[in-house]
Amino acid sequence: MADVTMRIWRGDASGGDFENYTISQNEGEVVLDVIHRIQATEAPDLACRWNCKAGKCGSCSAEINGKPRLMCMTRMDDLPEGPVTVTPMKTFPIIRDLVTDVSFNYAMAEKIPALMPPPMPEGGYRMFQQDVERGQEFRKCIECFMCQDVCHVIRDHEDNKQHYAGPRFFIRLAELEMHPLDTNDRREYIKEEMGLGYCNITKCCSEVCPEHIHITDNAIIPLKERLVDADYDPVAWLGRKIRRRTKRSATDAAVQPAP
Amino acid sequence: MTDSPYEHHDYDVLIIGAGGAGLRAAIEAKQRGLKVGIITKSLLGKAHTVMAEGGMAAAMGNVYEEDNWMVHFRDTMRGGKYLNNNRMAELHAKESPDRVWELEQWGALFDRTKDGKILQRDFGGHRYARLAHVGDRTGLELIRTLQQKVVSMNTDVFMECKVLRLVHDDQGRIAGCVAYWRANGEFVTFGAKTVIIATGGVGKSWKFTSNSWEGTGDGHAMALWAGAKLIDMECIQFHPTGMVWPLSVRGLLVTESVRGDGGVLRNSEGKRFMFDYVPEMFRAETADTEEEGDKWYDDHAAGRRPPELLPRDEVARAINTEVKAGRGTPHGGVYLDIASRRTPEFIRRRLPSMYHQFMELAGVDITREAMEIGPTCHYIMGGVQVIADTAATAVPGLFAAGEAAGGMHGANRLGGNSLSDLVVFGRRAGMGAAAYIEAGDVSTSFNMDEVESAVREALAPFERTSGENPYDIQRDLQEMMQNLVGIIRNGPELDEAMSKLDVFTERVKNIAVKGGRAYNPGWNLTTDLPAMLTVSRSTALAASLRKESRGGHTREDYPNPDPDFAKFNFALTSEGGNWDSPISAAESPLLAMPDELKALLEEAH
Repeated sequence: MADVTMRIWRGDASGGDFENYTISQNEGEVVLDVIHRIQATEAPDLACRWNCKAGKCGSCSAEINGKPRLMCMTRMDDLPEGPVTVTPMKTFPIIRDLVTDVSFNYAMAEKIPALMPPPMPEGGYRMFQQDVERGQEFRKCIECFMCQDVCHVIRDHEDNKQHYAGPRFFIRLAELEMHPLDTNDRREYIKEEMGLGYCNITKCCSEVCPEHIHITDNAIIPLKERLVDADYDPVAWLGRKIRRRTKRSATDAAVQPAP
Repeated sequence: MTDSPYEHHDYDVLIIGAGGAGLRAAIEAKQRGLKVGIITKSLLGKAHTVMAEGGMAAAMGNVYEEDNWMVHFRDTMRGGKYLNNNRMAELHAKESPDRVWELEQWGALFDRTKDGKILQRDFGGHRYARLAHVGDRTGLELIRTLQQKVVSMNTDVFMECKVLRLVHDDQGRIAGCVAYWRANGEFVTFGAKTVIIATGGVGKSWKFTSNSWEGTGDGHAMALWAGAKLIDMECIQFHPTGMVWPLSVRGLLVTESVRGDGGVLRNSEGKRFMFDYVPEMFRAETADTEEEGDKWYDDHAAGRRPPELLPRDEVARAINTEVKAGRGTPHGGVYLDIASRRTPEFIRRRLPSMYHQFMELAGVDITREAMEIGPTCHYIMGGVQVIADTAATAVPGLFAAGEAAGGMHGANRLGGNSLSDLVVFGRRAGMGAAAYIEAGDVSTSFNMDEVESAVREALAPFERTSGENPYDIQRDLQEMMQNLVGIIRNGPELDEAMSKLDVFTERVKNIAVKGGRAYNPGWNLTTDLPAMLTVSRSTALAASLRKESRGGHTREDYPNPDPDFAKFNFALTSEGGNWDSPISAAESPLLAMPDELKALLEEAH
């Protein structure tokens, strides 16, 4: 097979540039194979994050020819002829070369109000397949954070990271809200603290998801509808008035301890 | 207590490894009010546990009411060819149902039966359908559930932090460890009353493996250096079904669920060859004909199980033999066929990851074509010798759980018993550590000499201007271990491997690292190699001593099991405590089995 030129961004937080590596190819290889061969020969200090090399752990996210992809699941022979450009995810701060600091996502995960199930009956909970399937779709998420990377709310506006959870955590919140056992109410919290309103459903996240999760259609839009219902449904409004029940505040929902 | 010149943290319980065992241990210790830290050399949620596919074995009896812990215990011991620690197998069989139900309380969403219970699927060596699962991504569900639970408990997690070695106090008790941050290469020390090793497996010392880069045996090696014993290091599971083509994904796992859900193995002549490889031990419970085996999938009372669902060691050896006899596929495997036996809808629903994996990486549609598969290094049964109830090792304050611990699976692990092992013994390690702390006899000092020698060793490769490339050493080691300490072994090759490993040890001492300390994969690999070599030497030594074939250890010069070898494990110790110190072996008698457990093994089922 013909040699290929890899244009790889190298540098750190202080800056960097592209370096070209011309290298042989073998049948059936993915981008990560080629990166590994560059490491083993020309550039042993070329930084890239990876674990399973099977599309299951979501570690090796990068931008290949400008698009977020898993390096381990992108076949070289699927890419157009010519040089292949590999850059780190843009939304997160650079650590080195292709490795970014994704701690934003871990900080956001800590803010998610946990599941609150009722006590477990003898012999386990009963749930039905059609009810768990909605949540199972979201639990396929491998946390590659490419949906976060591609979301323009935080990709182009660093300040929004303060008050915007991003698609990965919208599916997590949707999963909890749709969980057959959950008794927690996160609606106010999602609106006030997780910034769901900033999403204007351009579906970029759904397009890059390697697990083909319908992030926008099955999680974000139903969540938005749920919040709107809570605020504007006249029957619910009347019910609240009559029963003098106030919705739990955002903080209340957030501090509910896990069982 | 310490005057570490490096960044320093103190914990009651320090857990090395953030896979299923480490996370479950953390939850247990946290629930007991202890200060808990978790160190992982990857990001949280990326541990090798995510790659587990088929399910977790637990005798809940949701599909077959006849199932119970006693049958599960028997299956585990038979699968392990009786080399197991019987107390571990007993605890595992008794406690795994509660560990599965507990995961549901923390948010896991398992597939369901029609009446809303957790669905269970068939797997090799399990008498009844017993594996709780989520399609073919059960490991992801397990790790995400535990991760989310750990995060909700505000646990300290040190990510991309690589531990170099354990540190003792002046009485020889465990006092913590020394590590470095991958991001910037700075060293960090951890003081701890207890350390739990939950570092997973060792597969990266072999060329064709299902393991991720992390499987370098860090915990096995560090425990050995620190004074603990390793047992059963010769017992390595080669999973029968790994991908063989394209070469870049060779070794990648193809879940046993393909066979549990009806897939069969065929050679190049189209023959279901497994009927020719049924060992005496399993003959009474294995189908004689294809018709009988096929009936079994729908009703286990209508026929006996097909031989494709024999324990993994039997199937892997059979595949190896077929290929060697010239009845293999073009790329040196055999065919795994589910396309001709199940509808495309069934296959896509039950095996979505496999469908995806073959479609994207090999261009093969498994709903239409057979897969080409062959054995791949998957799991080490051997590990740190522990007390079953507490997960305590021979070193005061040091505990081990999960794949890093030995004994539970004997000479061969049944599929599905690993995920349940993680949560059963992860929890017990957390309990054991808590009890040890409560007893009060904990470390009182921190040996900085051990820290400084680890730091010096880690930095030495930067000072050499010329020397070996660590990637060359890793590649050569994997090639050598695959060829000489692989699925079928013999005495002369094992001797050759041991003398070659001495040469590798010298090569590692001559590595020159290029670049700086910040996120430098060449340097990171250099710090993994001492553990990889310790594990390789342990496996080669134990394999040369066990002059019989049993489970995941096959000797062509001693092809049969030998009852004399069924009475003990080989327990290895380090003479010197350094990574290049000699390793010695002694016979460690198996735990005596109580009569009531013996009776379970003798019962006809």
